[in-house]
Amino acid sequence: MEASEGKSKKPGASRLCCLCNQRRPVLKRPKTLQQICRECFYEVFEEEIHQVIVGNRLFKSGERVAIGASGGKDSTVLAYVLSELNRRHNYGLDLFLLSIDEGITGYRDDSLETVKRNEVQYGLPLQILSYKDLYGWTMDEIVKMIGLKNNCTFCGVFRRQALDRGAALLKVDKLVTGHNADDIAETVLLNILRGDIARLSRCTSITTGEDGPIPRCKPFKYTYEKEIVIYPSLLKLNFDTLTYDIRMLISRSWTTSPPNVSIYSPNAYRGFAREFIKDLERLRPRAILDIIKSGEDFRIATTTKMPEQGTCERCGYISSQKWCKACVLLEGLNRGLPKMGIGRARGGVNGDHKKETKKPPASAAKSLESKQCGSLDF
Amino acid sequence: MQLTLEFGGGLELLCDSEKIHKVNVDLPNGEDDLTMKHLLSWVRTNVIKERPEMFMKGDTVRPGVLVLVNDCDWELSGQLDTTIEDKDVIVFISTLHGG
Repeated sequence: MEASEGKSKKPGASRLCCLCNQRRPVLKRPKTLQQICRECFYEVFEEEIHQVIVGNRLFKSGERVAIGASGGKDSTVLAYVLSELNRRHNYGLDLFLLSIDEGITGYRDDSLETVKRNEVQYGLPLQILSYKDLYGWTMDEIVKMIGLKNNCTFCGVFRRQALDRGAALLKVDKLVTGHNADDIAETVLLNILRGDIARLSRCTSITTGEDGPIPRCKPFKYTYEKEIVIYPSLLKLNFDTLTYDIRMLISRSWTTSPPNVSIYSPNAYRGFAREFIKDLERLRPRAILDIIKSGEDFRIATTTKMPEQGTCERCGYISSQKWCKACVLLEGLNRGLPKMGIGRARGGVNGDHKKETKKPPASAAKSLESKQCGSLDF
Repeated sequence: MQLTLEFGGGLELLCDSEKIHKVNVDLPNGEDDLTMKHLLSWVRTNVIKERPEMFMKGDTVRPGVLVLVNDCDWELSGQLDTTIEDKDVIVFISTLHGG
């Protein structure tokens, strides 16, 4: 308000909020293109998430719910909003933060600090589980053993299961993650590009793994990244947190000199999809929701043979093979044969010899590439 | 013209890891106003130390970089045409990362 007089010559600055018609707008909502003020923004932002939670019956009263907390923007805002809504609407949830420490010196330190601060700020208990706790190895130890080249495979495969394993260890009823609308649109595109029908059909579900031990859900499924980023900025929440994310982007894991990150790496591939989504958003912000809608509406012909989803004989995690990827990699590490499970497995536990005749040669590489280094997994 | 520039979401890593930059920007030759368009190219030349492609694409910010002028979304003030005044605070936040 105070600035509005002096700035009135800026186009648009003299208009009023579309919702309350009283205050100066501070934001153009990507979802609706409405110009809204700070107060109305908080209200609609939180209310929409509440409606998603209620409309999809994400939770039941009395449930113990772990919030997958990386210390980044999405999970930080999720923790904040969820604890607010839990109080405001009496969800009756027992919420706590669950963080995974890969055991990479200097990598998670800052973000874990943030999560620790969030613990104090929001009064949510925090559990940090390390790769050491979950797998018996830190990433630093793995890198020492296998070198700088293939460690992304380990980190990515281990990360995908880490939250689930951690949640099982802590006996939670549900796991929530901060995946937002942009993430989901990006994943829809990636799954189409990869021709991964199985993932395409489940990546838009707001809750996954309902038949498994611990369902996962994504309350931010319809929430734009722009609003998630702007939310704490306008609220002046503690947001040093954002720094670690881009550090990840710039120096993805241990590649010693960042410019050498290959454009063929799976991370770059995901990066291109993201950039494309952002370009689309600039032209027409609704595109993000439309892509999600397309993903939801995909129907797979009943005659299509889908890959069978079984469980790992060793750890019980979902796996299409006898052993899940993490168990294969772990077996390799523990037997001192770290190359086991990387690239085309030869004589591995899963008896690849008989599969290899059926699979096109690219599939072995594909299964690696689709396990990206980032924290996005569906 | 004295301005405060803030970089967040990792963009600060492109400018010596300093989040807040107090800067003095002169009006472009023969112009009466300083626009965001001019300011962006000034920032690119004078503030960004590495990987400018993480900050800009063409003559504007890279899609996914959020701009706030005095705590207000620049999409409301005309983006590149936004007129900047003395003592304004301009915030750049990148959303292009995991999280």
